[in-house]
Amino acid sequence: MFKLRSEAAKGYTLSAPATAYVGFLVAAPLIILIAYSFWSQTYVTLDKSLTLKNYREALADPLVHHLMLRSIWIAGAVTLTTVALAYPIAYFIAMKARKKTIWLLLITIPFWSSYLLRVFAWKLILGFNGVMNSALLGMGLIDEPLSFLLYNEFAVVLTLAHAWAPFAILPIYVSLQKIDPSLLEAATDLGNTPVQRFLRVTLPLTVQGIIAACLIIFIPTVGDYVTPALVGGSDGKMIANLIQVQFGAANNWPLGATLSLLAMMSVGFVAIVFVIAGRGVGRRIR
Amino acid sequence: MKRPSLLVVYAFAYLVFLYLPVLFLPLFSFNSGTIVAFPIKGWTLDWYRKLGEQDTLIQALWNSLGVGAVAALMATALGLFAARAFVRYRFRGQAAAEGLVMLPLVIPGIIVASSMLVLFLFLGLKPSLITVTLGHTFLALPFAVSILKSAFDDFDISLEEASYDLGCGVGETFRRVTLPVVAPGIVASILVTFTVSFDEFVLAFFLSGNQPTLPVYIWSQIRFPAKLPNVLALGSILLFVSVMLLVLAEYFRRRSSTRDVR
Repeated sequence: MFKLRSEAAKGYTLSAPATAYVGFLVAAPLIILIAYSFWSQTYVTLDKSLTLKNYREALADPLVHHLMLRSIWIAGAVTLTTVALAYPIAYFIAMKARKKTIWLLLITIPFWSSYLLRVFAWKLILGFNGVMNSALLGMGLIDEPLSFLLYNEFAVVLTLAHAWAPFAILPIYVSLQKIDPSLLEAATDLGNTPVQRFLRVTLPLTVQGIIAACLIIFIPTVGDYVTPALVGGSDGKMIANLIQVQFGAANNWPLGATLSLLAMMSVGFVAIVFVIAGRGVGRRIR
Repeated sequence: MKRPSLLVVYAFAYLVFLYLPVLFLPLFSFNSGTIVAFPIKGWTLDWYRKLGEQDTLIQALWNSLGVGAVAALMATALGLFAARAFVRYRFRGQAAAEGLVMLPLVIPGIIVASSMLVLFLFLGLKPSLITVTLGHTFLALPFAVSILKSAFDDFDISLEEASYDLGCGVGETFRRVTLPVVAPGIVASILVTFTVSFDEFVLAFFLSGNQPTLPVYIWSQIRFPAKLPNVLALGSILLFVSVMLLVLAEYFRRRSSTRDVR
């Protein structure tokens, strides 16, 4: 009898299809990916005897080191820029804006448009014969097109910071929203200036939101493929581009799987260190 | 007169930063010149007219619509049960289950894409629209769950209890009481998950084989400067459709939710 079953049983039954679906599609590929990373491939034949060859190859390859470090560096720069730019907006919406819902909607709408097209728009804007250069030339601000706009790390950081903006705003907004107004009043009553109040009360209470925002941006951007491929040029390529080559043109799946796993581990490592450090900072300024 | 505060000025500047880049696509899609740069040569609708003549584009459009529709329905169906479970019942491991369902949001796209390709081929599924649909259902699920959770949040349980007391069974209560109340949330979820699938590129790029979806088609065209005006026209239409769908979704979500903000 359905009605007689316990609350918990109903909860499990109803949520099982979704959790099973996600669980399967996370765990199963991971297991196969791990298996692949210990196999090897010569031309088109897959050798299923276990080997550490891929790891040795990947870890010894300066290109892999370079791309991995650059991916983490770029993702870090993107995270910092995005969160720094987003905080005032989140603060404005949570504390000052009268029409909060409208503002939140305005902020999130661009995020819903195609990611590919947003990145593509930046390629058009930053190009040598692109929108920005032609506009600056037309206004007589420059004499010849600026060549440093596109196909470098700067272009990648700028484009990603634009693409991920809403993701930073929402978690910070939520944490600001949760602050008890009486705490702010108390700070003022105790003689704090607005700046002191912000640094002593508001900021420490939103550390969790900031950490969440950082992780939400950092983790996916490390593995971003589209942006470095479109606006990165050869100086802005990231690890995802190398992984794609292994699964595509180079057709070396064992190496591709190894790189995917290494990327995942690096992201996980940096994220964990960051969370621990963030918690520490949060506790100290509180 | 009161001077607008620095924060307000910043907020509006931020909106410009957010919107301006994207607005260049529609602007230049009406440009009669083929180079995307100022000054604009003249205004034309030619690029839009020419879109209808391209068979591969039309095919890609149908592929995207099919994938989007099925993925939206599957994600919403899975999400509906999960959201109901998360809001209505308390069980051990609930936080873990909720976290797991949100996982697709935070795994880097390239890792989802490459690992799914490996999995599907291992299972004997060739890259096709089916594999893209399965992948998109995975990616869209977190959106469905969070939208439907807020729909169920506002649902008054006593309505169901009244229905049971009046002699309705589980099925009838769900159909006649629960479903109508959360229906706007379901519509919102379908619209949002459809848009997620419709705009998704990386996974489709890995999993679509020789059946490109619209973003994969656009990717193949981006490389050729001669095709640029076409991409601009097509891209502008996509942007417009996405925004319309989401405004519609927001309207339904509002109707399902009495609260001010999510």
